[in-house]
Amino acid sequence: MPEDKNAAVRSQRLSAEEIAANFSDMHPPLGRSEALIESDRCYFCFDAPCTTACPTGIDIPGFIQKIRSDNINGSAKTILRENIMGGMCARVCPTEVLCELACVRNTHEDKPVNIGLLQRYATDPILDNDIELFERGEDTGKCVAIVGGGPAGLSCAHRLAMLGHSAVIFNRDPKPGGLNEYGIAAYKTVNNFAQREVEYILSIGGIEVRNGVSLGEDFTLAELHKEFDAVFLSFGLGSVNDLGITDEHVDGVLNAVDYIAELRQAKDRGELPVADRIVVIGGGMTAIDIAVQTKRLGAEHVDIVYRRGPEHMGASAYEQQFAQISGVRIHHWAKPRKLLVDNQIAGVEFEKTKLDGDGKVSGTGKAFSLDADIVFKAIGQTLSDKALAAAGGDLDLKQGKIATDENRKTSLPGVWAGGDCIYGHDDLTVSAVQDGKIAAIDIDQHLREERNNG
Amino acid sequence: MADLSSEFLGIKSPNPFWLASAPPTDKAYNVNRAFEAGWGGAVWKTLGEDPPIVNVNGPRYSALHSNERRVVGFNNIELITDRPLQVNLDEIRQIKKDWPDRALVVSVMLHMEDKVWAKYVPMIEDTGADAFELNFGCPHGMSERGMGAAVGQVPEYIQMATEWCKKCASIPVIVKLTPNVTNILPPAAAARDGGADGVSLINTVNSIMRVNYDTLTMYPTTDGRGSHGGYCGEAVKPIALHMVAEISRNRDTADIPISGIGGITDWRDAVDFLALGASNVQVCTAAMVYGFKIIDDLTDGLSNFLDAKGMSSVDQLVGKAVPSVTDWQHLNLNYVEKAVIDQDLCIKCGRCHIVCEDTSHQAITSTINGERKFEVIDEECVGCNLCASVCPVDSCITMHQVTDGIDARTGQPISREVLDWTSHPNNPMRKES
Repeated sequence: MPEDKNAAVRSQRLSAEEIAANFSDMHPPLGRSEALIESDRCYFCFDAPCTTACPTGIDIPGFIQKIRSDNINGSAKTILRENIMGGMCARVCPTEVLCELACVRNTHEDKPVNIGLLQRYATDPILDNDIELFERGEDTGKCVAIVGGGPAGLSCAHRLAMLGHSAVIFNRDPKPGGLNEYGIAAYKTVNNFAQREVEYILSIGGIEVRNGVSLGEDFTLAELHKEFDAVFLSFGLGSVNDLGITDEHVDGVLNAVDYIAELRQAKDRGELPVADRIVVIGGGMTAIDIAVQTKRLGAEHVDIVYRRGPEHMGASAYEQQFAQISGVRIHHWAKPRKLLVDNQIAGVEFEKTKLDGDGKVSGTGKAFSLDADIVFKAIGQTLSDKALAAAGGDLDLKQGKIATDENRKTSLPGVWAGGDCIYGHDDLTVSAVQDGKIAAIDIDQHLREERNNG
Repeated sequence: MADLSSEFLGIKSPNPFWLASAPPTDKAYNVNRAFEAGWGGAVWKTLGEDPPIVNVNGPRYSALHSNERRVVGFNNIELITDRPLQVNLDEIRQIKKDWPDRALVVSVMLHMEDKVWAKYVPMIEDTGADAFELNFGCPHGMSERGMGAAVGQVPEYIQMATEWCKKCASIPVIVKLTPNVTNILPPAAAARDGGADGVSLINTVNSIMRVNYDTLTMYPTTDGRGSHGGYCGEAVKPIALHMVAEISRNRDTADIPISGIGGITDWRDAVDFLALGASNVQVCTAAMVYGFKIIDDLTDGLSNFLDAKGMSSVDQLVGKAVPSVTDWQHLNLNYVEKAVIDQDLCIKCGRCHIVCEDTSHQAITSTINGERKFEVIDEECVGCNLCASVCPVDSCITMHQVTDGIDARTGQPISREVLDWTSHPNNPMRKES
């Protein structure tokens, strides 16, 4: 059925060329001259603050110095040995609040070294030219089950392989990669980078990936526990939080994460339905990604509404600005009170908010409303009940997420966990990679002790 | 406004900046452009005997780059002029006619035979040029033929050739010295003894730039093989300054007028040479890297500097720093300095700490009460200036003299008495005072 050209919600708003331009590489890579000039700006700090700020502890001055001397393989290895997803992190890390915020150049001249793009400069050639920098360790005969094929699971598997163990990744989705593949704005990771990175990681050997299987539906934790020498849980967050208002299950009220996933997998991005007027509720990276991407698909008005101030948003100041210069309006200090429905969604009524004495958000009573043809929920995710049930009742939780110690060990013997599903995680790819790495190192120690103890 | 006009060996020029004898001064076309841009003088690229020499038809230059590809050092294997002598003589004559207020000196390199000099010197002088500069410095190519640095490395040859030139010349003769010697004083004295009116230095330093990492041959090459060249540019300035200062401060050579050469890129470099005893300066590499327009900053910067110092002419600057140059044995060993880090300027890169910790005296903290903080530990600081040298922030680390009380490092009281090595108790050869 041909679409009504005047419908408020419709697809193919822009030409294929416009969409291609809108979804091209957000930060094009540095050329050699740019990289050399930028690398020269690094002061090679002692006990470098950027390294301390990196969740995976990459020796940043070390890899930059190797760029400076044209030792690109050495530079890439310095990055990837701490963070096997250094390529993806170079694209998606909020460097402006991590390494680049810590750069001493901020104090000197208010302009940090562009660490993110330098990291990309060093790591891109490794994938482009399929240069194997890591070898699988001598086979220990041990095999670890990994539940979830996202950054935490893949990082854990790769480190286990380096340490000589085998791993089987049980992955819910049709493809591995987790949010690298199904989340994240498309212009941040162009040219199928997520899958190419996964292929690079798997090429070390000793890692089997079983796609389309999920905890609670196809297997239980008890079964894995019995069959494998250890288990690493990294299944992310399966459920989207509710807005907490009545009748929110209305046509036109969508989960941002689902739309983003569909957009990432779409062969023709123009086919996705886009509304004239879009309201996004939330303040994290998902809110920014859905807002900017729908704007770039041709939405006329996109508004983000967040219940606190700009400084409280999960999205960095840089990301907020990026949304704003992309034409997205951001409203702070307002929470949804009522969906305005006319058969389908027609708008949202918001109540202005303020902080009360104990730092909690409360309504001021003052209201306003925004028209909307689509409303996106981007207010965070929780552990899926199904996965939790299959994990068994013995797993200690903290604020609804899996509790772990500093080695990412759970309350169940032989079970480790990492990534978005654990308590204390900041939902960054880089932190998930670190979880996987730390868990793998601890699992390795545990398995070796076990063997030594007979 | 300070007066930049300059007189060297009686040769007048509107400013003390001459282009050195080199590729930029090989042709009337270039020299014209230079004079239009405002250069005070030029030393014509070295003339030789006919038939002219032949240059390689491939790379003559190579550079030492910073990462931003700023040229910090420069290497060349170009020989003297490869144009027929008469072409050069005609152009020199014309240029001098067109630019009477500029200094025009002609560099020459001739075989070590009396009669050769007797033949060529009058021909060259006839152009109306202001002076000769004898090229006893080029370290590549011509030196294999017994000229250039091959002469400059043997004081007796310098004196002999200078005498031959002086015998036929009525205009001043400058001898250009090579730095490829262990001691610059004998060559300078030999030039003076041969009758030279002044010396110019330095010529280029023997050099190979690097290796080609693909072919593992030296870089650059001519058909797969290369030859050492002459090194110049900013990187050689400290070598040149030392040699200029040696001639200036040595009693036997102090009276020899000096034209300073070696890596002058901006006006501050010129101040270095002038203050250490050069009466004027010559520039080549900076012009070859940036073009003749750099003369604007050279003259303007020097003029502003002289104004700021309350000096009305260049002459007042010449030699100002010479008395401060001495032998190590005369340095006051009772003098104590300590580094001080300005915490307001510190950006906390920690470079001062790590270099002191790894390579010097463990005299800079990295943390204080668990906080990242870099402070000098006076008890360990020997005042070596390493931290101040590596600090990326200008004026963040400065050296301060300790004038009284106890030196925290030695526990000894600061003495106001001057004590140098010649009379130090640890010196077994000390002179009893």
